[in-house]
Amino acid sequence: MIAEYGTVFIILAIIFGLFMAWGIGANDVANAMATSVGSKALTIKQAVIIAAIFEFAGALLAGGQVTKTIRKGMVDSDLLASTPELLVFGMLASLLAAGLWLLIASFYGWPVSTTHSIVGAIVGFAAVGIGFEAVHWAKVGSIAMSWVVSPLLAGTIAFLLFNSVQKLILNTSDPLANAKKYVPYYMFLVGFIIALVTLFKGLKHVGLEMSAMENYIIAMLLGLVVMFIGKAKIKRIKFDPSEDKDFHFTNVEKIFAVLMMITACAMAFAHGSNDVANAVGPVAAVVGVVESGGEVAQKSAMPIWILLLGGVGIVVGLAMYGHRVIATVGSGITALTPSRGFAATLAASITVVLASGTGLPISTTHTLVGAVLGVGLARGIGALNLGVVRTVFLSWVVTLPAGAILAIIIFYILKGVFG
Amino acid sequence: MVAKNYMYRLFGRSPVKPLQEHMGKVLVCVEELIPFIDAIVREDEQTAAKIQKSISKYEKEADKLKKDLRLHLPSGMMLPVPRTDLLEILRIQDQIANKAKDIAGIMVGRNMKFPERLAPLFVDYLRRCVDAAVQANKTVNELDELVETGFRGSEVELVKSMISKLDAIESDTDKLQIKIRATLFKIEKDLPPVEVMFLYKIIEWTGDLADQAQRVGSRLHIMLAK
Repeated sequence: MIAEYGTVFIILAIIFGLFMAWGIGANDVANAMATSVGSKALTIKQAVIIAAIFEFAGALLAGGQVTKTIRKGMVDSDLLASTPELLVFGMLASLLAAGLWLLIASFYGWPVSTTHSIVGAIVGFAAVGIGFEAVHWAKVGSIAMSWVVSPLLAGTIAFLLFNSVQKLILNTSDPLANAKKYVPYYMFLVGFIIALVTLFKGLKHVGLEMSAMENYIIAMLLGLVVMFIGKAKIKRIKFDPSEDKDFHFTNVEKIFAVLMMITACAMAFAHGSNDVANAVGPVAAVVGVVESGGEVAQKSAMPIWILLLGGVGIVVGLAMYGHRVIATVGSGITALTPSRGFAATLAASITVVLASGTGLPISTTHTLVGAVLGVGLARGIGALNLGVVRTVFLSWVVTLPAGAILAIIIFYILKGVFG
Repeated sequence: MVAKNYMYRLFGRSPVKPLQEHMGKVLVCVEELIPFIDAIVREDEQTAAKIQKSISKYEKEADKLKKDLRLHLPSGMMLPVPRTDLLEILRIQDQIANKAKDIAGIMVGRNMKFPERLAPLFVDYLRRCVDAAVQANKTVNELDELVETGFRGSEVELVKSMISKLDAIESDTDKLQIKIRATLFKIEKDLPPVEVMFLYKIIEWTGDLADQAQRVGSRLHIMLAK
């Protein structure tokens, strides 16, 4: 069975996986970049280039853990030892179900998370197609918990970050001097945290093993590099006191714009590290089963080309369609200045990278929504539409069963066709 | 598909800029009263009528801005300041323009003139009342800076001092009003009674300009306290 159709399964998995990754690049990346483009710290072109480079890097360097969770964290593969083809059908069904559901949802403009679709689909096919006990409910439970925790955590970090910005810079008698003084430290923080989490959790599959001390030192060095690049950029800014006449913080915000640019890279990296797994995790599962000739509980490392595949899919989606979405989203957001955009984006990236390191698939967009609300709670943003929060919650309730039902249907179809 | 994107929808239109635009329009409307009263004093009825028309036009424009802002401020928006406070400031600002329109309207409609002794006093009084509106406008213009700093720190102190100045201007206008009423009281028996009645009315309404401008400041002060 597996030997007979092996190549067909792999090709199908790659096509479905590419389709998912393409969809993420076309639509989801725009959400991740919205705060960066909306605060006018980046041009559309810069945003697309940053997104392409760092989404790809994030997928490749830090995407391993979440992919592992999707691949084998949620389904008890021991139960499938005698029927490995069921896992293949299930994973293919999940990919197709999530992809279709995303297509339907974006057609109607529903706020649907790729993460929730794929998790719902996998749980659905496993619980119904194989058996209720085939689902690792503890793991699924912790994933569901992380969906509640991640926006809250991001909101809290954003609130604290923004408060620190107010205390250190905005509410002082000379905000410009203090911005020049303190913003480089925030840059260090961006580089340090993202590098540290990635080093600790992400790089094993690339074949790098380092001690904790080495990790800290490298993260520090990377933080310093980011800081010096940022400092050099700030030095090149031309400050014009006359621009502060109407709005006194124009020049201060120019410094934050540099910080925002760096934070945008972190966000794209974080997004790539978490969301690409949704597309390639099931591909990895299928490839694993087929290549081991039907051995389900493989211990072998995941082939790196699968992460590459996800990265490529995202970049192609971004290039074909995503840049237009970024442009529209960016130009529609008017109430955001770089100082706020930075606080929200950094908080979201830290949360997402932490989740990626822990192997938890979370929704980048929902995390970012939480972070933006955190800044809003600090009285930092002109107007936030709380109705959107309600739709986000609604999308959780709808997406999980929708993904599950679609996956179950496709699972039985595949079973009928090949079995 | 794009327009329905929900990161896009998360960010509403900030009410701060439209509120400032509205106050700006109100100020333009009120400032027209100075050339208007000058024309009345020189008994140049044609110019007065012309300015009265433009005051009425500016008032209408302010009204339109007010309605736009109200429509764009649905509940369910998370704002850095309470929605009720914003709507209240908008309402008070609008009343300033309404008063200006009423003053010009009734003076042209009744073909009113100032008694010679009253005219210079009234011109001073009006200018001070318009000063109050100018100061209110300056204060409202700090709102975007207040949002930027999250309503904390040195910016709050700056706005508080601007509000104190607004209060001082308003208290000036009160003193001027007492003086002008006393002057009118002395000469009122020599004037047609109905005309006197309306002169008192105009003096009162002009004072209202400063009162309402001060109320804009008070409302901002309440916002800062929260």
